[in-house]
Amino acid sequence: MKVNPRCLLLALLPPALLAQSLTPAALATRAKVQNVPEIPYESVPNFFKLPPNLYLGEGIGIASNSKGHIFIFTRSQRTRLFEFDQSGNFVREIGEGLYGFVFAHAVRVDPQDNIWAVDEGSNMVIKFNPEGRVAMTMGRRLEPADALATAPPAPDPANPGKYIFNRPTDVGWDADGNIFVTDGYGNSRIVKYDKQGRFLAQAGSKGSEPGQLNLPHSLAVDAKGNAYVADRSNRRIEVFDNDLKLKTIYDNVGTPWELCISPGPHQYLFSSNTFPDNNDYTLASVTGEVYKMELDGTVLGKFGKAGKQLGEFSGLHEIDCRNPDVLYVSEIQLWRAQKLILHPAGK
Amino acid sequence: MRPFQLACLIAYLAPASLLAQVPDIPFDANINLLKMPANLYLGEAAGVATDSKGNIFVYTRTGEDVTMGGSRFFSHGGSRLFEFDATGKYLREIGTGIYGFLFAQSVRIDAQDNIWAVDRGSSTVIKFDPAGRFLQVLSRKPESINPAGAAGSAGGGRGRGGAPGQGTEGDSFNRPTDIAWDLQGNMFVSDAYTNARIVKLDKTGRFVKTWGSRGADPGQFDMPMSVAADAQGNVYVADLGNKRIQIFDNDGNYKSQIAGVGAPWAICISPGAHQYLYSSDSNPPDSMDGGEIYKMELDGKIVGKFGTAGKLVKEFGTANELDCRNPNAILVGELTNWRVQKVTLRTR
Repeated sequence: MKVNPRCLLLALLPPALLAQSLTPAALATRAKVQNVPEIPYESVPNFFKLPPNLYLGEGIGIASNSKGHIFIFTRSQRTRLFEFDQSGNFVREIGEGLYGFVFAHAVRVDPQDNIWAVDEGSNMVIKFNPEGRVAMTMGRRLEPADALATAPPAPDPANPGKYIFNRPTDVGWDADGNIFVTDGYGNSRIVKYDKQGRFLAQAGSKGSEPGQLNLPHSLAVDAKGNAYVADRSNRRIEVFDNDLKLKTIYDNVGTPWELCISPGPHQYLFSSNTFPDNNDYTLASVTGEVYKMELDGTVLGKFGKAGKQLGEFSGLHEIDCRNPDVLYVSEIQLWRAQKLILHPAGK
Repeated sequence: MRPFQLACLIAYLAPASLLAQVPDIPFDANINLLKMPANLYLGEAAGVATDSKGNIFVYTRTGEDVTMGGSRFFSHGGSRLFEFDATGKYLREIGTGIYGFLFAQSVRIDAQDNIWAVDRGSSTVIKFDPAGRFLQVLSRKPESINPAGAAGSAGGGRGRGGAPGQGTEGDSFNRPTDIAWDLQGNMFVSDAYTNARIVKLDKTGRFVKTWGSRGADPGQFDMPMSVAADAQGNVYVADLGNKRIQIFDNDGNYKSQIAGVGAPWAICISPGAHQYLYSSDSNPPDSMDGGEIYKMELDGKIVGKFGTAGKLVKEFGTANELDCRNPNAILVGELTNWRVQKVTLRTR
């Protein structure tokens, strides 16, 4: 068999030179951090089992509780919230027909196993108790009577209001139960409330300066109460202290769509450089991976890539990392969720 | 100006010294009175009322459904009416899928235990008999809706009468808010959002008269959010934007007004020999200030107040309707907290 010598040459080129064959857009998009070790992992096939005639739509949110049950927040004909047991068997639907379920964005479970749904269509954050009943609501859905009969009030970016959100994206809590909300597509801020939902502080405005935000898309809070915000369109993670003062910025892990901080004495930060939906497919070769980091920003490893196969990610939108070696991820484009088992070195 | 903007302005202007002298009425509260079946949820609990048996009716904003049809949008569904017994046990749904249930505003029970749902989205008032069968509808649902930003006009279509801010003849409502009856069964409808008026109809639903237009003079209204009638047939109107309750005689002649109780969002007059007037200074949905409910004599003398804005028990999230059939056991329908709270006033 004759081999074209140029092909052979290409195969021998070191990866850094290979990168030069990327399109300019791909070069600009890929994460700055390079030579990150790969973390071996596997995806459990067909883990989530839905009853006949029940379907996931876009896999927007996924979270587990202390018993290992998993909640998936999905955009189907309506926005719906499903609960599965630790083996992936369907348990029930929560919030069927709920007034605040318009367009899912995230689901998180707090330390007391309350389930919090963030809905960017109704502009609400809804807390369910573990039994699945509504325990608290934050934000307010625009009154359809106003929206339909007259023009709705125009949002004022300079004065977004303490209790009204504009397409919020995520929720988190510190150890005292204070509530943090990233708000969101419409407002560019992070807001802090006490556990009863009373406004305490906010930070951020639209822009790219340190402390500003451009699409705060995900949020995670560490045990010390620091709040990590995925500043998606600025392609960085901003870390705020508990009073929402900017502490530091990590800008080397691509475009953070989704953050998760694992519990326990040694906390890890996961950040997804999500392959963007409806975008230049040449970017697929340099996006889609998830980074595992120390809280100080040290990158420990990465796993995954963009794609539609089992174990690949197609628009990864939320990560559950209650167990940092067993992750649940949900994906937009493939209307699915996966259970991943990581095998970090030494385990 | 929108109601919550108005209410913000009013809260800002309210003299704190006036409010400070009002005694607090000690009370207990229960936010878990109503037991919902699995997979059934209240949304914004816009309306709450009891019948003579003590059964509780909740008219709530749930999901919504809008259909594109040709060049027009059609709206249907979006609000539901539930009945519970006096202990909070769920009994049934009334009016499932009925044409006029779009955007719940209030529910009231008349002296014969008929159930009246006031719908701000369809601009109708819908009457059910005690068995839950449809009896009558006032006004007409617009054929189609104009989505926000669409070319054309402010809302509606056929079925909505009157230029904005004008009193207008007839029972063609434009986003009504509440209904009350005198002892003869005459009805009074607050037709708030655009028309700013009170409409009087006889007990058969025939139009009698209307009064009011947008403004701040006596007899004018800025968001008449709630209406109640006493045993003498006087009509009390919660004039939210003007931060007062106006009192009219049975023919709509202005008699007096009550101020100094915040911005009245929901009012209720208890039955019996000694009637009381309750009025909620509800917090607008974008704030957690105010929120207290006043108990008054019919002449406006304040007996006391209870509650404050918030999300916990004994706090209110934009109280939108009060039921005071029992003057010491008030049911509060809350918008932003998606619940009905039962308040029991401690009597000394």
